[in-house]
Amino acid sequence: MVSIERFVRVKSLAEAYELNQERMNTVLGGFMWLKMGNRKIENAIDLSGLSLDTIEETGEEFSIGCMCSLRTLELHEGLHHAFQGVIREAVHHIVGVQFRNGATVGGSVYGRFGFSDVLTCLLALDCYVELYKGGIVPLHEFATMKSDNDILVRIHIKKDGRKASYQSQRITRTDFPIIAAAAAKKDNTLFISIGARPGKASLLIKDDCLLDENSADDEIAALAEWARDQYKYGSDIRAGQEYRRHLAFVYVKRALQEILRGVTA
Amino acid sequence: MIINIWLNGRQLTREIEADLLLIDFLRNNGCYSVKRGCETSNCGLCSVLLEDKPVLSCSTLAARADGKHVYTLEGLQPQAEEFGSFMADQGAEQCGFCSPGLVISVLAMEKELNNPSDEEIKEYLSGSLCRCSGYMSQLRAIKLYLDRKGAQEYERN
Amino acid sequence: MSAIDQPVRKKDAMALVTGKPVYTQDIAPKDCLVVKLLGSPHAHALIKEIDIGPALQVPGIECILTYKDVPDSRFTLAGQTYPEPSPYDRLILDQRLRYVGDAVAIVAGENEKAVEEALDLIKVQYEVLQPVLDFRRALDHEVIIHPEENWKSLAPVGADNRRNLCASEEVEYGDVDQVISECEWIIEQTYHTKANQQVMMETFRTFTHLDTFGRLVCVSSTQVPFHVRRILANAIGIPKSQIRVIKPRIGGGFGAKQTAVSEIYPAIVTWKTGKPAMIIYTRRESFTSSSPRHEMEIRVRLGADKEGIIRGIDVYTLSNTGAYGEHGPTTVGLSGHKSIPLYGKVEAFRFGYDVVYTNVMSAGAYRGYGATQGCFAVESAVNELAAKMQMDPVRIREINMVRQGQVMPAYYGEKLNSCALDRCMAKAKAMIGWDDKYPCKDMGNGKIRSVGVAMTMQGSGISGVDTASVSIKVNDDGFYSMSIGATDMGTGCDTSLAQIAAECLDCSVENIIVSGVDTDASPYDTGSYASSTAYVTGNAVVKTCAALRQRIKAEGSAQLGCPVEDIEIDGEKVYRVDTDESISLKDLANGAMCGNSNALSATESFSSPVSPPPFVVGMAEVEIDKETGKVDLIDYVAVVDCGTVINTNLARVQTEGGIAQGIGMALYEDIKYTEKGQMVSNSLMQYKIPSRLDVGTIRVAFESSYEPTGPFGAKSIGEVVINTPSPAIANAVYNGVHVNIRELPITAEKVYMGMHKEK
Ligand SMILES: Cc1cc2nc3c(=O)[nH]c(=O)nc-3n(C[C@H](O)[C@H](O)[C@H](O)COP(=O)(O)OP(=O)(O)OC[C@H]3O[C@@H](n4cnc5c(N)ncnc54)[C@H](O)[C@@H]3O)c2cc1C
Ligand code: FES
Ligand code: FES
Repeated sequence: MVSIERFVRVKSLAEAYELNQERMNTVLGGFMWLKMGNRKIENAIDLSGLSLDTIEETGEEFSIGCMCSLRTLELHEGLHHAFQGVIREAVHHIVGVQFRNGATVGGSVYGRFGFSDVLTCLLALDCYVELYKGGIVPLHEFATMKSDNDILVRIHIKKDGRKASYQSQRITRTDFPIIAAAAAKKDNTLFISIGARPGKASLLIKDDCLLDENSADDEIAALAEWARDQYKYGSDIRAGQEYRRHLAFVYVKRALQEILRGVTA
Repeated sequence: MIINIWLNGRQLTREIEADLLLIDFLRNNGCYSVKRGCETSNCGLCSVLLEDKPVLSCSTLAARADGKHVYTLEGLQPQAEEFGSFMADQGAEQCGFCSPGLVISVLAMEKELNNPSDEEIKEYLSGSLCRCSGYMSQLRAIKLYLDRKGAQEYERN
Repeated sequence: MSAIDQPVRKKDAMALVTGKPVYTQDIAPKDCLVVKLLGSPHAHALIKEIDIGPALQVPGIECILTYKDVPDSRFTLAGQTYPEPSPYDRLILDQRLRYVGDAVAIVAGENEKAVEEALDLIKVQYEVLQPVLDFRRALDHEVIIHPEENWKSLAPVGADNRRNLCASEEVEYGDVDQVISECEWIIEQTYHTKANQQVMMETFRTFTHLDTFGRLVCVSSTQVPFHVRRILANAIGIPKSQIRVIKPRIGGGFGAKQTAVSEIYPAIVTWKTGKPAMIIYTRRESFTSSSPRHEMEIRVRLGADKEGIIRGIDVYTLSNTGAYGEHGPTTVGLSGHKSIPLYGKVEAFRFGYDVVYTNVMSAGAYRGYGATQGCFAVESAVNELAAKMQMDPVRIREINMVRQGQVMPAYYGEKLNSCALDRCMAKAKAMIGWDDKYPCKDMGNGKIRSVGVAMTMQGSGISGVDTASVSIKVNDDGFYSMSIGATDMGTGCDTSLAQIAAECLDCSVENIIVSGVDTDASPYDTGSYASSTAYVTGNAVVKTCAALRQRIKAEGSAQLGCPVEDIEIDGEKVYRVDTDESISLKDLANGAMCGNSNALSATESFSSPVSPPPFVVGMAEVEIDKETGKVDLIDYVAVVDCGTVINTNLARVQTEGGIAQGIGMALYEDIKYTEKGQMVSNSLMQYKIPSRLDVGTIRVAFESSYEPTGPFGAKSIGEVVINTPSPAIANAVYNGVHVNIRELPITAEKVYMGMHKEK
C-alpha cells in the first residue's frame, strides 16, 4: 500500500518542480497507477489547482494539460475529427468510464508504460511533451528518456493533417492490449508505432512511401512485414512472442488499409 | 490535514490523513453503500459521483475531494429507488453487492448519453463488473427505465 | 393466483439496490480488531524460527499468533456433512507451509496501519523445501506434502498422505475395454481445465465477538453456517455449544464460501483476547489464499458403432486439490458421474480418478463442482467423435441422449423420473438457427461465423446426505414466519422458498416473512450448496406446511366444535365443510395467543434418497477472425430443464449469470504461476472475468419437465447452468476453423497456433 505523509496542493509549477527534486516526493496524476505501488511518499504533489485539466485547440495544435482526464480526451470533438477518432479508439478500452474520469494524460504519458495505448497512439501523431524544465521535447524522444524529476506540463499535438489509424487486440475488451499498433500518413511519410509487444512503443518513420488507395494488398502487406521486423517481441502472461509478432503484422496492415482506403478489412 | 467536503449535499469538515482514500472516508462517514471489490481499480463497486462525474472512490484520495461535492446512494435515495425498482422487477440484483456502484453509473449515464444504443450502454457501464447476473437482466432493467424516463419527458413537453 | 412460476421480486431487492448496510462489514461493531495474515513467500517451507518481538511493540497491536499458539489437532475447512469426506489435514497455523500465501502468523490490532507495520516486522527464518508444482508428477513424488502423523481421513475415499493422494477410486460397469474394442469409431483425448476463481464481488469476511454468556458469536459471509459452527469448534478446540454463527446478506458465494476460508482467524483472536475482531480479505488474498475450482486433467475414451451409437465411455480424471484437501474427494466424482449418464445407450463405462496434493493454493467448491470439468471433457470428446464421423454434433446427441424413465447406471443407478433434454435440444436448435448456421459461414471479410453445442446435467442436493429443516409459525393476525437454515447468497432462496410456502398455505408471498440464518435460532440445514436449496429445502417447506395445516385445522376444529375431518382452510379462513361456519385465520391466530396450550407452529426435516438431475443444452455462435484466431462470442442460447420453475425471474438470472461465468471460464479466465509457485493472476487486473462487453448476447429459455419427487415438480438450477459454455464454444471454434482446443481457456493465440499447426 502506498503511504502519503503530506498532500500538497501546489500554487505554481515552480513549487511543484522544487518539491519534486526530493526523492521521497512524488507528483500525483490520477493516482490510479501510483495507488497500486508500495511507495512511501513524503509529499504528494497535487497539480489540481493549476488549471491543467483542459484541452485548448488553436489553428495549429491541441494543447492538452497534464491533468486532463482520459475521459476528457476521449470526448473531445476537435481531437476526434482531426485524427479520424484514433484517440477515442485508443482510450475507450481502458477499464471503464469511472476509471477514465480519474486517470490523467500526464500520468499516462509520463509513465511510458509498455502496454500503453495512449503512448502508442500519440507516437504516430506529431506530438510533443512540454516539460517544466526540459522544455518542449518530441514525444518519441521523451519515450526513450529515463524518468527524471521534471514535471510534464502539457502535451501538444500538431494539426498537420495526417491520417491515422489505431488498432489493438485484447483478451477481454477492457483488458490491457496484447498488441497495440498505430499508423499515420502525411504526404509520402508513414509513421508507425507498435506497443504492448509487451515492450514500450517506439516510433518508426518511413519516408518516400508510395502506397495509396490503389495499392495492392501484397504491397501493403510487404510494408507491414517490414514494419513488424523493425521491432522486438516478447512473452508475458497474456501472449507469447511468436503470436505477438504475427499480430503486429496483422494490425499494422489493417491500420495501413484503413488509412489508405478508409476501411478495415 | 483538514478537508471540507459537500457529502450528499451536507457540508462536512474533517481532519484526515493525507493518504486516506475517498472510499474509506465515505464509509467512515456512514456511506455504507460504497463497496470495495478490488485493489486495482477494475471492479467499479466503489463508484460515486464527484462533481457529478462517476469516479472510483477507491482510487481517489479524499484530499482531492476537498471543496467538492460528492454523492453516494445515501444522498440519492429517490433516484436509487426509481431505477432500482426496475432492477428489482428483473431480479437484476442477485447478491446486490455490485448494485450501488452500478446504480451510480447508470444515473450518471442518464445525464451524459442521450438515447443510448445497447452497445453504448454496455460501453459506458463496462467498468462496473458483476459476477452474479450475467448482465442481461441489468440491460433489460436499464432499457425499460430509460424508456419510461423518455416517455415521461415526452409527456411533459 | 398461484405463487409458483411467477416473477416475484426478491424480498431484499429494494434494500440491495438502494445500498442499505446489510452485509457483514456494514454491520460490524466499530471497535473490531483488524485481523490480517502473514502469508508464506515460499511454496514449500518449514518455519525454523519466528520472532514476533519487534512486531508486538508496534502501538495498537493486540495479539500476534504463530503455530506455537494454536491447537495441534487437524481439521478441514470444507463445509460438508460430518464425517467429512475431505481429510483432516489443516491446523489454524502450521509449522509447515504448503503454498505461497499459506498463513504464517495472525496479527490483530486496533487499526490497519499498525497491523500492516507489524506484519512487516515479523522476522521468519524458513527452511525452504522442494515444492511439488506439477500435479501430473505429484503422486508418489519423493516430496511428501502432508507427512504429519496426525493427518487423518474420516471416510473411505482411498486417501494416502504418504503418496500425496487425497482420494482415489475406480468404478466399472460392464466390460468397457471389450465394448470399446468392438466399436467402429473410437476417440481418445485428454482435456485440461484450470483452477478458476469464483470471484464473488464480496471477498471473504468475518467478524467475531463474545456475547453476554461468553459464547463466541461469528458473523460471516458464508454458505454453510452450521458447518462453520463445527469447523470452529474443531479448530479452536471448544464445544459446539459455545459457538453461534450468523449469516447476514452475502455478496455472492458460488461455492467459494462453502469452505470456511476466513472464519478461523478472527475467531481464535476473539477467543484469546475476548475482543471483537474482523478479517476482510483483500481481492488479492481472495485470489491467492482461498478455494478455487479443482484443476483437472481428464482422459476420455469413447466408442461408437457405425450408426454413431455411443456404446462405451472410459473416463479417468486427475484432480489437483493443491495444498489441502477441501472438497478434493467429492468434486472429482462429479466429473464422471454427471457426464457419462447423459449418454443413455452406453453399455459399459469405467470411471477412475486420483486426487493429488501439490504446493499450490488449496482448491474448493465452485459452482458445477467437478461436473463442469467433466462436461468440458466428455462433451468435447463427443464433439470430436461427431466430427470424425462427419455427423452433426446435435444429431449424435439426439440419438444418444438419456430419456425420461431410463435407469442411469453411471448415476448411482437412479431412475430418471423427469427429463426434457430432448425438448431442450429442439428448442435450442430452433432459437439459434442451428440448421442454417451449422457448421459455419464465411462472412467474406476475413471472419467466419460458426456454431457449437453441448449438453449437461447436475444433481439436486446430495442424496441421502443433505438435510433441510424448516420451521413455520403462525403469528398475530395470521402472518407466518418461516425459519430456514438454507443460506440466501443472492440466489433469492428466501423469496423462492416463501413462494413455495405461500402456495402450500394459500396465502400471498408477502404474508410470509423469512429470517436469515442464525445457528442458535434457525432449524438445521446442511447449507446452500450442491444445488440443494430449491429441491431439498423446498421439499422441507412443503412438508412443514402440510404439518402446519394439520395444526391449524386441529385448532379450528376445537374452535368450531367439530371433528377435524370436517375442517378445511382456504388461506383466509378455517371453515366447516358441512355448515360453512368459519373463523378467520386472523381471529384464530390472535385467539391462539391467549390461554392456548396448542402451539400453532410446525418444524419438519427432509432428506432425499435421490438427486434428480436438471439439464441444460447450450449453443454458442462465435465469430472467428481467420487472420488472428480471435474469437468473439456473438450469441449464447441456453435451454434449461430445471423441472417446474418456481420464480421465473430468478431462474432466468441464475441461468444468465451461470452462463456468463461459464463464458469467463471458456474464453478468458486463467490462473498462472511462476516456476516458484507464486500466483501471477492475483488481481482483477490479471485474472480477467468478463465485463458486460465480453458475454455477447445470452438468451435463455425453459423447457420444464415435472419432477414427481420435487416441490411442485421443481429440481435445481444453481449449478447446472455453468457447464455448457466451455465445450459449446470449443465446438463452435472447431466448426469454424477445425482446431480442437483441449485446454482452457480458448484464447486467440491457441486458436491461431492451432490453425497453423494442424493445417
Ligand atoms: C487496472 C488498470 C488498467 C489499465 N489499463 C490500461 C490500458 O488498457 N491501456 C493503457 O494505455 N493504460 C492502461 N492503464 C494505465 C492508465 O491508463 C494510466 O496511464 C495510469 O493509471 C497512469 O495514469 P494516472 O493518471 O493514474 O497516473 P499516476 O498513477 O498518478 O502517475 C503515474 C506516474 O506518473 C507520474 N506523473 C503523473 N503526472 C505527472 C506529471 N504531470 N509530471 C511528472 N510526473 C507525473 C507519477 O509520479 C507516477 O510516477 C491501466 C491502469 C490500471 C491501473
Ligand atoms: S474497489 Fe474496485 S474499482 Fe474501486
Ligand atoms: S449482483 Fe452480485 S455481483 Fe452483481
